[in-house]
Amino acid sequence: MTARPRHSAVVRVTHWITTLSFLALLVSGVEILISHPRFYWGEAGNVLTPPLFKLPIPASRSTVPTGYGYVLPDQNGWSRYLHFQSAWVAVMTGLLYVVFGLFKGHFRQNLLPARAALSWRGLSMVIARHLRLRPAGEEEAWSYNVLQRLTYLLVIFVLFPLVIWTGLAMSPAIASAIPAAVTVLGGQQSARTIHFFVSVFLVLFLLTHVVMVCLAGFRSRMRAMTIGRPAAHMERT
Amino acid sequence: MSKLSRRQLITTGLVATAGASGLAVARRLAQRYGLIPPDGGGLYGPGETLTYAAQRLLTRHSLAREFHASQISKPPFANEVAPLGEAFQRLQEGSFAGWRLAVDGLVARPASFSLSELKRFPRRSQITHLACEEGWSYIAEWGGVPLSHILDVVGTLPQARYVVYRSIQPDWWESIDMVDALHPQTLVTHGMNGGDLPVAFGGPLRLRVPRQLGYKSVKYITRLTITDSLKRFGKGLGSASPESGYAWYAGI
Repeated sequence: MTARPRHSAVVRVTHWITTLSFLALLVSGVEILISHPRFYWGEAGNVLTPPLFKLPIPASRSTVPTGYGYVLPDQNGWSRYLHFQSAWVAVMTGLLYVVFGLFKGHFRQNLLPARAALSWRGLSMVIARHLRLRPAGEEEAWSYNVLQRLTYLLVIFVLFPLVIWTGLAMSPAIASAIPAAVTVLGGQQSARTIHFFVSVFLVLFLLTHVVMVCLAGFRSRMRAMTIGRPAAHMERT
Repeated sequence: MSKLSRRQLITTGLVATAGASGLAVARRLAQRYGLIPPDGGGLYGPGETLTYAAQRLLTRHSLAREFHASQISKPPFANEVAPLGEAFQRLQEGSFAGWRLAVDGLVARPASFSLSELKRFPRRSQITHLACEEGWSYIAEWGGVPLSHILDVVGTLPQARYVVYRSIQPDWWESIDMVDALHPQTLVTHGMNGGDLPVAFGGPLRLRVPRQLGYKSVKYITRLTITDSLKRFGKGLGSASPESGYAWYAGI
């Protein structure tokens, strides 16, 4: 019996590798952030520069005035090593996924919304169903609804490229090789600020995604993304 | 079913072998072209090697961005340093007239230059960004002798691969590869924003490596050693940074 899986093997494997590297990027990113929880706009910024905004948290460096009477332990060494290593894993996994998605029609078939679904009527129906917390329909175990499609496309083709770009724009060596990558963003401190906001959006996506998986049926969705089959009784051949 | 598993097994085996030999070849090539950083072993070695190799291939000759005088940060921020020792204070009392930069290792003519000798060398001035790994930064005008000029004067031998530089502060030393050492913007810096380099910013002498983060720009340098291998220095990881958990290469 060879049932068509809900998600192809490449999608399932890249999903979980991306999950692991994203969590590593998040933990190490927060560690790096707390060494200077202040944000600026433009090319340069430091504690003598008025910040765009600052986070109301303690810092891991004594040179940053935070209003807290203590300094957190400095964890930047391994955090930076882990951040860049995970970034390599995430970027290479993402490239594999995008190449696969383009060649196998994954984006066209599974993620591009049908024109009819993009109408106000189509969109408002799905949104209303979400707002009323109606359970996901049987067909949604096998196909994404229009909100899912738009969100995944946004994450894959806007947020991830933007977080990689703004991350690279903070690198002094990359800035020397591709100055436009920095100037277009408004400067290296702007790149850092945008990197922070895009990361916040990615975390919000992750939280929503996990909540929706739980509401839609944790077991069936986890089965679909691991062994490929939502549930025994939902088998399709 | 069993036929399929056998085929899968053979395919998996072939892919694994191809992958492993591909990695081995890549490693040999990377070693040959100097693309493996001294801290390229251990848990984070693969990521470090990828970053260093990719940036070396992409950014070998690129110039750090230079800014307009109006973009200079007022005032710049001087990061804190460990208390300066007695030796430093004695030199400071003499207005650093006695400060010397020794150059040794793989050179034809080992030498020791005084601050005034260094100031008579060709001077380059540039307005560049200094970014700390913590996230803050400032822009300043830096003036000094290109390191490449000093390397010319002492006659670097062809087998040279790294320049090790040390601060008067104990246990503060770094190293860079020849790509950065010979880069026109790598300066043995003695001036800042039109005046002498202030002590808080590394004066009288600081090595500025503008294509890497601030921690590679060691303050109060007293000695350069040109070498073909970093194995004999410290724990063999390239500099004091990996010994305290930070990457040797700081281009990102």
